[in-house]
Amino acid sequence: MIGFAWGSAAALALAWPSTADWWIMATGAVTAASCAVLGAFLVLRRMSMMGDAISHSVLPGLAAAFLLTRSYSIGPLLAGALVAGLLTALLTQTLHRYVRLPADASMGVVFTSLFALGVVLITQVKGVHFDRQCVFEGAIELAPLYTISIAGIEAPRALVVAGVVLAINAAVLLLLWKEMKLSAFDPALSTTMGFPAGLMHYVLMSLVALTAVASFEAVGSILVVAMLIVPAATAHLLADRLGAMVLLSAGLGAASSVLGFALASHFDTNIAGMMAVAAGGLYGLAALFSPRYGVVSAVIRNARLALRVIRDDLLGVMYRLEELAVDRRLTSRDAVQAVGGSPLARWGLAGLIRRRQVLRRGETLELSPEGRAAAQQLVRAHRLWENYLVQYLGLPLDHVHEPAHRVEHFLDPELQASLERKLPDATHDPHGRDIPS
Amino acid sequence: MTPAFEIHDMTVAYHRRPVLWDIDLQVPEGKLVGIIGPNGAGKTTLIKAALGLTPLASGKVEIYGKPYAQQRKMVGYVPQRESVDWDFPVSVHDVVMMGTYGRLGWIRRPGRTQRLLAERCLEQVGMLPFAKRQIRQLSGGQQQRVFLARALAEQARIYFLDEPFAGVDAATETAIVELLQTLRGQGCTVFVVHHDLETVRHYFDYVILLNMRLVACGPVHSTFTPENLQKTYGGRLTILDAAAEAMRQGEPGP
Repeated sequence: MIGFAWGSAAALALAWPSTADWWIMATGAVTAASCAVLGAFLVLRRMSMMGDAISHSVLPGLAAAFLLTRSYSIGPLLAGALVAGLLTALLTQTLHRYVRLPADASMGVVFTSLFALGVVLITQVKGVHFDRQCVFEGAIELAPLYTISIAGIEAPRALVVAGVVLAINAAVLLLLWKEMKLSAFDPALSTTMGFPAGLMHYVLMSLVALTAVASFEAVGSILVVAMLIVPAATAHLLADRLGAMVLLSAGLGAASSVLGFALASHFDTNIAGMMAVAAGGLYGLAALFSPRYGVVSAVIRNARLALRVIRDDLLGVMYRLEELAVDRRLTSRDAVQAVGGSPLARWGLAGLIRRRQVLRRGETLELSPEGRAAAQQLVRAHRLWENYLVQYLGLPLDHVHEPAHRVEHFLDPELQASLERKLPDATHDPHGRDIPS
Repeated sequence: MTPAFEIHDMTVAYHRRPVLWDIDLQVPEGKLVGIIGPNGAGKTTLIKAALGLTPLASGKVEIYGKPYAQQRKMVGYVPQRESVDWDFPVSVHDVVMMGTYGRLGWIRRPGRTQRLLAERCLEQVGMLPFAKRQIRQLSGGQQQRVFLARALAEQARIYFLDEPFAGVDAATETAIVELLQTLRGQGCTVFVVHHDLETVRHYFDYVILLNMRLVACGPVHSTFTPENLQKTYGGRLTILDAAAEAMRQGEPGP
């Protein structure tokens, strides 16, 4: 955290050979993964902002540790950060529980005050040399400059620290996997079984504090906060098992780092910032395209449903026309007009023709045998439902067509069978028309 | 014989405002017990206090003569269905496995024995075909069955169920009652927070009538009487009536 002017660092980043680039990416990726595995539990416990709070409030812990020991060595700094992190969690809970401040407000009060205290300490007290910009943005581009030697390899110190933190997080999570899972899902049951949810909360908070302080020297608080929340939120959209979510979260964190580095090199901008932006971008993609919750997937699902309803309606119109035994045959234009005349209607008709349920005969259309069978099923469902509404819900005759029209598309064979059991001798609908079999 | 469940002179308070006053009761083994009372009577609080989830202002709770902390493995708990996040990334089978965690203790991982047990419990509630489902895909009744299967996996002697019939279909309600009766048949004692007064006589053989204080506790036939129900549900109403009358007249009541 010794200050370097940001501009010269960027210039250095461009000039460095690619081994340095790899070290930066690896440092970012491992740091992100160590944050992201914890993030999964923060997101599931609905305390994502606790990651934010703790990563800010470790600052006074660092400053106080320095003031007490007058050294930059990692041990006292970690201890200070851990104490500050746990104090944040404890104060937040105390304010919430005993002073009855709402949970979000108590978190806000605690971490902004502690963070401000930290800022005051590092700017006002003589002898503390923290670079404030470094606290926010980190100095990941400088990571390859400070190396230590491990098994003959000169590796960036930040990468080694991040690796150790990741290993600690992974070890604790593996060891306490079932306890973490249970206390996150059902804290009350966890407590009654003798795994106090409060204790698990502080275990998690300790890991967050440790990870935050170890990471933000290298990558800055913006990236720590982002990596504690965003990859996990993305993974939550995509995974439906806890193990998968945690691994995916770590993978997404690492991927965001690599992607962010590439983008930052391309646009020649802040690397840590770009890594966080990349994580946000991946979340955006997941929010759009996730099969279950994605916006685009929902639009596609709705469009498919609308198309199916239109096709059903077209079949119904043609069947009812046949039923009236009039000679009139619909043209494509008539058919499309009959179901609303929208582009969707034309698309639906094209679909029926492609499925060979409707055949073209010169200018006009007619049902194929398969089309007629499908239409019969539909009209049957419609008229059974009308009967059901009259007999069981006591609706008047002029009120049953519309509801039946809405429901007919969703009466699968199973539901139809139970309708038939309820209406054993239904041969005609309430208006007197045959129910096709 | 030691009663299965005993509360001595217990008061529970939230922020120094008592919500349960001086409760004193005993329930013998092998009973199916309904905990009955109006909203805000402290039914959930009674369960939470019994399970050590809420601190006691005074008094004590004993499970077979010993404090809860020493008897954890004898007790199964089914919290209210809405108390958990049904979007949580776990399968039905995972949730039932959680029932086995208590007996495993810290750090030990569930193995084959626990998996088989979970499957048996799922089978008992008719949810085995859903074992691999993500829990968000379940209906309310299915969620409740999964919770019940998880409680079975706890292999307890005493069960506490918080509103297991809330928002479930008729078939599930019947299935749950039958299962609880089977448990009673095996010598278990089962406590159920219950709302529907109509069904009390059919479902339970013992009741705890509660409204901030204990109104009565005993066998259904002698305890679930109109007089006791009047005390349980009526106390609040007369005060409300008096208050409403005072408000209507625009001045404090007599």
